[in-house]
Amino acid sequence: MSEQIPELPLSQLHSMLSTMYLIRAFEEKVDELFMRGEMHGTTHLSIGQEGTAVGAVSTLRSDDYITSTHRGHGHFITKGADISLMMAELLGKETGYCRGRGGSMHIADVEMGHLGANGIVAGGIPIATGVGLSLKMQRTDRVCLCIFGDGATNEGAFHESINMAAIWDLPVIFLCENNHYGMSMSTRRAMRNETIAQRADGYGIPGELIDGNNVLAVYAAISHAVKRARNGQGPSLIESRTYRYKGHAKSDQNLYRSRDEIREWQQRDPIQFFVNYLISEKVLSEEEVKKEAASAYTAIEEAYQFALNSPDPDPKTLLEGVYA
Amino acid sequence: MTTSHPQPLIGATEEDVELPVQQMTYAAAIRQVLQEEMRKDERIFLMGEDIGIYGGAFGVTRGLLEEFGEERVRDTPISEQAIAGCAIGAALSGMLPVAEFQFSDFMTLAMDQIVNQGAKLRFMFGGKAKVPVVFRSPLGSGMGFAAQHSQSLEAWFAHIPGLKVVLPSTPADASGLLRSAIHDPNIVIFFEHKAMYNLQGMVPMGDWRIPLGKAEIKREGKHLTIIALSIMVHRALAVAERLAKEGIEAEVIDPRSLRPLDEETLVDSVSKTGRVLIVQEAVLTGGFGGEIAARIAASRAFYYLDAPIMRLGGAEIPMPYQVQLEKRATPQEEDIYQAAQQLLQQKPA
Repeated sequence: MSEQIPELPLSQLHSMLSTMYLIRAFEEKVDELFMRGEMHGTTHLSIGQEGTAVGAVSTLRSDDYITSTHRGHGHFITKGADISLMMAELLGKETGYCRGRGGSMHIADVEMGHLGANGIVAGGIPIATGVGLSLKMQRTDRVCLCIFGDGATNEGAFHESINMAAIWDLPVIFLCENNHYGMSMSTRRAMRNETIAQRADGYGIPGELIDGNNVLAVYAAISHAVKRARNGQGPSLIESRTYRYKGHAKSDQNLYRSRDEIREWQQRDPIQFFVNYLISEKVLSEEEVKKEAASAYTAIEEAYQFALNSPDPDPKTLLEGVYA
Repeated sequence: MTTSHPQPLIGATEEDVELPVQQMTYAAAIRQVLQEEMRKDERIFLMGEDIGIYGGAFGVTRGLLEEFGEERVRDTPISEQAIAGCAIGAALSGMLPVAEFQFSDFMTLAMDQIVNQGAKLRFMFGGKAKVPVVFRSPLGSGMGFAAQHSQSLEAWFAHIPGLKVVLPSTPADASGLLRSAIHDPNIVIFFEHKAMYNLQGMVPMGDWRIPLGKAEIKREGKHLTIIALSIMVHRALAVAERLAKEGIEAEVIDPRSLRPLDEETLVDSVSKTGRVLIVQEAVLTGGFGGEIAARIAASRAFYYLDAPIMRLGGAEIPMPYQVQLEKRATPQEEDIYQAAQQLLQQKPA
């Protein structure tokens, strides 16, 4: 696994940490709202996976695109989402990113370059490939970061799309967040390969396995892939190993994995890992870290209040927004 | 490759459309629109299986590679899901793709991208995305391609809010509808009938557009209405010709677009004639003719009906290979004629 530490300005390290805290605070709040019955439907939490989201999406320019997944709150927050509008969307409010029509699984902001979480596993991969084609045909140096989970790599859409991106040298970075389970099916049971990264060989593109809980390792690997894509050298496949502490969704009773396994991964928590690094490198003091965490939780409470005070969609607008 | 009953130069006249007209085939009409629009707008590009050097399985894109090059006339691997998704992604980020599925049966391999993704993105995103894609594809039987290359699945797509679905039956309609489809900011599924590619007709030149969602009365009449889709329009017109010799004037209507559907034109006609026969090539059960029947039954036309609404459609079987069986599996002129006679003989209770 690549452990290369990139040279980053202090302000960026600082902001990466605050984004990680923001994601965790956001999802803990969402979890709480579900428990209390304040949020309906379903949601998928990425608590434990913040290192990959922040490490990867932080490498992009604001005019780059991403496609995300059902477990995508972290991707969107890192891309620059306003957490108030996100919370409003999850609470089904008119002020939400999608006017309450999409919810957690379809949240998007096309103008920001976020082309949607996705309710279909691998559903965003062909779309990201098309974005890559479009960016290439428009002769830009913009790129598309295509994020999906380990489960998606056994879908036909994965194969068709990566092959197409490969033959056309499209500026797409295929990032697999391998959290080791597609719902309850472990990757060990779902594929014969040792790694997902090695599947890159089948398409003639570079593949790399990285430690997804080390935000700086993720940043280094994705930066490299982004640079290749911008230079017209085509797509890469990066497998980022990480872990979700929470169940797949709210129906999950965690029958397919052990408490020990969860505890073991919690020992390698991506936020704690980064905090330890920042303190040991004297980038931040313990006090500053605590302040950072506290301000994330305060911000989430404000976002929640904004959402609570927002109007529900007017039923009279039910039929709007199907056609342009 | 012709219809079983070649019509003499169907299509527009110069007086009708106030544009010069020219005779050409259905395939040439489609090719001409692609060519003209691509010359005008660099964002438009074509993608699909064997559309480049091969010219497409039915030759529709022949010659376009030479003019526009490999980037804009883009051969793809045999990957229908990626073709669909690629077109959708490209449209979301500023291009105007026209993607071809070699046979519409193959669209079943791309259903996630078309139905779960493309059709719903704008709505799911709160009305804030545009997906200006045209998916062109040949449907229908009559050429011995058997069960996996001959279906008419238009009702599958018409069922999905967010998609538009059109089925042109003449070169003029193919031209005018395709130009509108390319300029529409939504996904338009453009179903060409593979047995009509060599059909000749008069096609208006210039910026000829037919609004999506406008039916056309192909022949006026007062004794019964025949609503026919795609190639069935020609069979219905031939039957109307035969009925006219017996003193019966059938009105033949081509909805042309299923979603949006021009319900008004259909209801007006049935309110006038009091009798309606709906003819589709698709298997009857779950076909779009059922939707048309329901709309008529639920409209003011109900009060004018002198006979139950009648439908003709494909047999409840996969398409057979053998030529006679294939013919028997879909409504032929004789079937339509017999059905029309039956409809005319019914008396109000």
